[in-house]
Amino acid sequence: MKVPSVPSPRTTAIAAVALLAAGYSLVFFYAPNDADQGFIQKIFYLHVPLAICALLGFILAGIHSIRHLQTGDAKHDARSYVSIHISVIFGVAVLATGAIWARASWGKWWVWQEPTLVSFLIVFLLYCTYYPLRYAIADRDRQARYASVFAITAGAFVPLNFVAVRLAQPLVHPRVFATANGGLPASMLFTFLVCLAAMALLWITLVRFELAAKSSAGRLRRLRRALDGDLGLAGGSRIAPAVPPRAAGPS
Amino acid sequence: MSAFRAILAKDLRVELRTLESVPAMALFAVTTFVLFRFGLDRDSLAGGLAGGVLLATILFAAIVAVNRLFVAEREQGGFDAIRLAPVDAVALWAAKAVALVIYLAAFELVAVPIFAAFFLDSWAGIGPLVAILALADLGLGAVGALVSSLAASSRARDLVGPLVLLPLLVPVMIASAKGAEQLLAAGGPSYSGLGKWLAILALYDLTFAAIGFAVFDFVIED
Repeated sequence: MKVPSVPSPRTTAIAAVALLAAGYSLVFFYAPNDADQGFIQKIFYLHVPLAICALLGFILAGIHSIRHLQTGDAKHDARSYVSIHISVIFGVAVLATGAIWARASWGKWWVWQEPTLVSFLIVFLLYCTYYPLRYAIADRDRQARYASVFAITAGAFVPLNFVAVRLAQPLVHPRVFATANGGLPASMLFTFLVCLAAMALLWITLVRFELAAKSSAGRLRRLRRALDGDLGLAGGSRIAPAVPPRAAGPS
Repeated sequence: MSAFRAILAKDLRVELRTLESVPAMALFAVTTFVLFRFGLDRDSLAGGLAGGVLLATILFAAIVAVNRLFVAEREQGGFDAIRLAPVDAVALWAAKAVALVIYLAAFELVAVPIFAAFFLDSWAGIGPLVAILALADLGLGAVGALVSSLAASSRARDLVGPLVLLPLLVPVMIASAKGAEQLLAAGGPSYSGLGKWLAILALYDLTFAAIGFAVFDFVIED
């Protein structure tokens, strides 16, 4: 019986931890305090990379889903599922850090005039419905296919939704990259890019860990089934003659 | 194309004979207007409040139709018949989407005048409102037919359908409510910037029409 081996995501994990430590050391010891917002602006190095990784993860899930529908390979469906799962978890963190930032700089936990935050909430709510949809379908093949259809639809919805919400609201979100007077200073930009890379690596690590866990669980299930099958054979519950496992291969 | 026409004709005939969707939607909408009348404690509405009440009611009434859209296919083997017949599965989606648009248009023909009679001081904005509602209906039809087909074969279909549909409809709500706000404003309708909302609705319609066209094959395939 062929049991696929499970690659260990340990190297990625170590790299992610190292880069996260480096990135957030830069945040606290290298990057200057924001002239306008002061210390609270440092949450930017956490909030924005989380949001970018979550949104890219949703779009990546859509691409995996397209591959899944094209090839019918369950591997792509698993990747799509895990991408959405980790991005939804990142999404909770984005909403929490966004609320903290909003409280610190505008005095309220939630600001409806803020298009980026509101768009993110809508996208987050949409992806939360992935789970009830997926688990309400009993047939495994159909479950995977419908989940892919959902992920593609929702992936196209992400940019559309951002356009609609952006047009409907005046801007109050800090536009740190493109402001009238030149944007982000180099030291802040460098720190931000390190944090973004670290967060992306963390996302990849978590995805790989969950994929490894899923494939281990599947492997265990297959081994257990094989074991049960053998026991059944020994008990003589089948009519066909028992073939000893060693004799099965060409000798 | 003939499959599309046959399915659409079948659906419209079923609706005309059983009257399952449109009257229920109309009744639902009138009851919701009464609820808003007391919930907001106002007997006349204008501007953003009028747009919001009208559009929220229309979207919720659309859920009534979306939930019923694939009932016959699920319970009487329509999905299997489509799978066996030598026709494109997309014809089924297109026919369902157009049927949904027709239900919505018929429903709005009743619900919007009732809304105007209940709440509006002037009917001046109703004419141009038709353009917004028409584009919103197209989007609702495309998305509703896709989500309804996904929900139809799940166990908790009455829950899953609306749950997935409502977040997807937020851009429709934003654009059409903003447009309606201008048209139903207290001082008479204003048309500045209306094109932007119509453009968003059209972009939404095109996007989801393209997606439905691309992915519906996989919903039917077995």
